[in-house]
Amino acid sequence: MADPIQQFEIKTIATLGKIGPYDIALTNSGLFMLAAVGVISLLMILGARSRAMVPGRFQSLAEVSYEFVANTVRSSAGKEGMKFFPFVFSLFMFVLVLNLFGMVPGGFTVTSHIIVTFVLALLVISTVLIYGIATHGTHFFHLFVPSGVPMFVLPVITVIEIVSFLARPVSLSMRLFANMMAGHIALKLFAGFVVTLGGLGVVGFAGAILPLGIAVAITALEFLVAFIQAYVFTILTCIYLHDALHPGH
Amino acid sequence: MADEGAGERPPKGPDPTDAELHERLKSLETRLGRAKRSDEPDAPKADGSLSGSAFGRAVRLSSELVAGVLVGGGLGLGFDRLAGTKPWGLIVLLMIGFAAGVLNLVRSAGLTGSGKNGGSGSPPQS
Repeated sequence: MADPIQQFEIKTIATLGKIGPYDIALTNSGLFMLAAVGVISLLMILGARSRAMVPGRFQSLAEVSYEFVANTVRSSAGKEGMKFFPFVFSLFMFVLVLNLFGMVPGGFTVTSHIIVTFVLALLVISTVLIYGIATHGTHFFHLFVPSGVPMFVLPVITVIEIVSFLARPVSLSMRLFANMMAGHIALKLFAGFVVTLGGLGVVGFAGAILPLGIAVAITALEFLVAFIQAYVFTILTCIYLHDALHPGH
Repeated sequence: MADEGAGERPPKGPDPTDAELHERLKSLETRLGRAKRSDEPDAPKADGSLSGSAFGRAVRLSSELVAGVLVGGGLGLGFDRLAGTKPWGLIVLLMIGFAAGVLNLVRSAGLTGSGKNGGSGSPPQS
């Protein structure tokens, strides 16, 4: 049976140079990221080109994605959150397109590597920290000191608040990574059952029907998960940005 | 949209009068207003409202808890290595991490009244 982990293997496509002992290489992961950026840019450029009153195919796709993200930002981060719209929109489109690339047969799922999702989450958290401290100064740290707490439990609560803040990038990245990886492994396993059982003759054919049905159902579920996880990533980004805009009120 | 308008319009006969047109315009305006209002809530909602699917919600909530425990454990191990207080840092910070995980979990489920993290006192939504 095919190895279900093999699909996550990083392969070097071209080596561009060296820094110390490390290769600077274009991997399949990097290639898919570049492709995602290319596809998103193409969609937006084609969508913005005609600027028709009655939108065409690309334009309505671009408009739908804009409206969707803009509504998410407005409802979760508030009106002032719209200054972060370009950032949030880029994140959403990047994660969504990478998730969907993973659904192309033979494709590589970049978001199934925790280092990728963790760097994206770090980007979000450092934006929150830098913007929060730059605009609110020390007032930003009121985020960790809730008001109306008795003095004698305040130190404990503050430590818990700090740890819970530190847990945010971890949970943000782990959620996306775990979902994508688990889904793809499950898909590969059931598809592998079909092939193995199919090779066993008539009895195998009958036995392969059930895993085949499950594989089809998981494929549909994975499309849903690809979308939902991109959305969850976006909405949590907005909620954290909301904290940066209005710390501890 | 088309079937909604069809009920009000007479199928055959003379052109609609000014009053009728006015009436129709008014009903359209109220409907547009309603649609706009439901699109743009004034206050940020609790993220409990993103219950797109029960599955997504389950994964979201469980990862909050796991992340809290992991970060607590990681901090504990690091503290022990720096301060040489094995295993007390791990024990204490693991418990704090668990508390932080539960806090994040309860918050992202939208159950707290603490005015933070988008939870701003809104009732729990399921």
